[in-house]
Amino acid sequence: MSFRAGRILFAIVILILSGLLAWFVLSTNGEGNRFKVKLGLDLAGGTELVYRADTSGVTGDTQGALNSLRDVIDRRVNLFGVAEPLVQLEKSSAVAGAQEERLLVELPGVTDVKAAVDALGRTPVLEFKLRAPIALEINGTTTPYVPTGLTGRYLKSSELQFSSQSNGGTGNEPIVVLHFNDEGSKLFEKITSEHVGTPLAIFLDGEVISEPIIREAISGGTATISGNFTPVEGRDLVRNLNFGALPVPITLISSDSVGPSLGAEAFHAGLIASVVGFILVSLFMIIWYRLPGLIATAALVIYVLITVALIKFVPITLTASGIAGFILSIGLAVDANVLIFERMKEELRAGKGAQEAAKIGFGRAWPAIRDGHLTMIISAVILFWVGTSLVKGFALVFGFGVITSLFSAVFVSRIFLQAILPEHGGRLWRVLCSSGFNLGRVSNETKN
Amino acid sequence: MFIVRHRKLFFILTGMILAIAIGAIAILGLPLSIDFKGGSLVEVTYNTERPSLDTLHESIDQLALGEVSLRESGENGVVLRSRTLTPEEHNTVLATLSQDGAAMLTEQRFNSIGPSLGAELGIKALYALLAVIAAIMLYIAWAFRRVSRPVSSWVYGLIVVIILIHDVIIPAGFYAILAHFTGAEVDALFVVALLAILGYSVNDTIVIFDRVREHLHTNDEHRVVEDFEVTVGKSVTETLGRSINTSLTVVLALLALVFVGSSATVDFSWVLLVGVIAGTYSSILLAAPLLIPLSKKFVATTAVSKPKKK
Repeated sequence: MSFRAGRILFAIVILILSGLLAWFVLSTNGEGNRFKVKLGLDLAGGTELVYRADTSGVTGDTQGALNSLRDVIDRRVNLFGVAEPLVQLEKSSAVAGAQEERLLVELPGVTDVKAAVDALGRTPVLEFKLRAPIALEINGTTTPYVPTGLTGRYLKSSELQFSSQSNGGTGNEPIVVLHFNDEGSKLFEKITSEHVGTPLAIFLDGEVISEPIIREAISGGTATISGNFTPVEGRDLVRNLNFGALPVPITLISSDSVGPSLGAEAFHAGLIASVVGFILVSLFMIIWYRLPGLIATAALVIYVLITVALIKFVPITLTASGIAGFILSIGLAVDANVLIFERMKEELRAGKGAQEAAKIGFGRAWPAIRDGHLTMIISAVILFWVGTSLVKGFALVFGFGVITSLFSAVFVSRIFLQAILPEHGGRLWRVLCSSGFNLGRVSNETKN
Repeated sequence: MFIVRHRKLFFILTGMILAIAIGAIAILGLPLSIDFKGGSLVEVTYNTERPSLDTLHESIDQLALGEVSLRESGENGVVLRSRTLTPEEHNTVLATLSQDGAAMLTEQRFNSIGPSLGAELGIKALYALLAVIAAIMLYIAWAFRRVSRPVSSWVYGLIVVIILIHDVIIPAGFYAILAHFTGAEVDALFVVALLAILGYSVNDTIVIFDRVREHLHTNDEHRVVEDFEVTVGKSVTETLGRSINTSLTVVLALLALVFVGSSATVDFSWVLLVGVIAGTYSSILLAAPLLIPLSKKFVATTAVSKPKKK
């Protein structure tokens, strides 16, 4: 098999694979399809909330407390009724001062920020604190209470009961019974055994709701709160505690919500811009570079297919900035082709045959293409590292695009070109392979 | 050779554009968005007739939210910017904007960012810009390590840094002017655009430097002694077509983004567009010609044969 026959076969294989890729891209757009493009909140509409988690009060297993915080919020989000929510822990950037623990909540389709914040945040933070003999100063505020480390985090469940004469009440008052988990039970027993006679205050959302005096060590992991509840308040408290008392307090530090119509408009405009950008770039390539330009356009189609397939497969959440990155990358994807074709043209002018010109063109253009693409990959990686979700969307598409374009513009277009070009070729091939206003004369024009 | 021979003229020309950009930044300033300083942004569109901004200002001012800016957006929209609002305050603001229900509106966007988060993003952005510039310089110095005559490969890296700083200042200056007229603000996307420009615009410079590298190599092989100025001039001329065409394809794609793209990315696309154009002319008119005066300053000590002067 001759060199060229091999290349033709290779080109046909690439075309078949591209066809399969096109089938994958086009057939996976149905509602509920696993590979349907995942749209970011700025395109689909929805709300993103970022909370700061205050872990200063956590003694011991901080990560465990944060994980249970995530689980609790996850449960509340589900109660709120959101399709495909995202709840994840994040750390603040290492470069910006003190590390902060954060909780990121994405609620697609939700635009009522207040209702969402209420649903997620309006739940009690339960803490147990001992009254100190003298007032202490903690964090600049004077308080007579000392944290014990025992919080809602150690709560297994709670229930509403009504007091009877036997358990010390005046009878028929609502009391809330707390059941601690194993760890909590031990801690509770330790605290009560060491501080008999000291008042143990129960804090709910930072306020004292009950301050019983420890009479004896309590084992078994059960405590009761007998505040002055009405039965309704008692019931709400129990429900909130059971849905999960927050193991660590959280503060809302950022929220971003986009209405569905604004998002849809942005998505639509992005699609049109992609198509227009693609057509403009292709037209330029075909008009200026003729046959190689046509091949570059074919490679560009394959580039688009691969990139869209990657976005679907990875999956990369598509944002408005991600679409911008995609369109930018269409312009970039043919850059390597321009470098190669210009180089080819020089070799043709020097009187080389079409095949040989193509071979030298690809070889000589490579160092510049490699260096150029690597610097772009460097900036994409750093962009990703800076990453708010918005920036990450752009960096991912941009980075993947640059790598993919190396494949499409260098590898694919070389195979195609070698499959099409004859070994030598007459005037016609020279015209086809020239560019701009040149009609393919072999000129010995001075290069300065 | 034209460009290299008349390099002083082009240095002055590009220097003037640079001075205008720096002047625009210094005089007009770059207004920071809530992404960096924290605060809230509320965007609504009215389903019925839009109340006048004066009317809205009057009622909003009674809420005591500190300094509030109101701007018209699109045909029937209003954008409100203020300090960071709580969810409760946000609802009050919405009620006030709708004139207590008299004017029907749809909320398009609510973005609220705490001040500390904004400051953090600012620091990150700065670090990222510096990191990209440093990484690219190191890479270029490494990629051109074999090319040490007549200039050390670090000179190529140094020029790239000068060019990169130039390529960031020009679009920033443009943005200062754009912001002055349209009320655009420096947001996270602006930083993204600058970082993308850094990664991209160095490409054209690399193409020219790569050609210089190749010529120096073949001259060495064939033992041709050529004035460095001639080598650089030749390289610029030979790569002129591709430098312009590679940028042209990107410019075409960006034009689509500017004129038919989402309104969310219009400012972003403008910055990219100006940055790509600046990146192209800086590579041709500054980067390669700068090699010549710098080659005279930093003659590599390992040089075997110094380039002779004409």
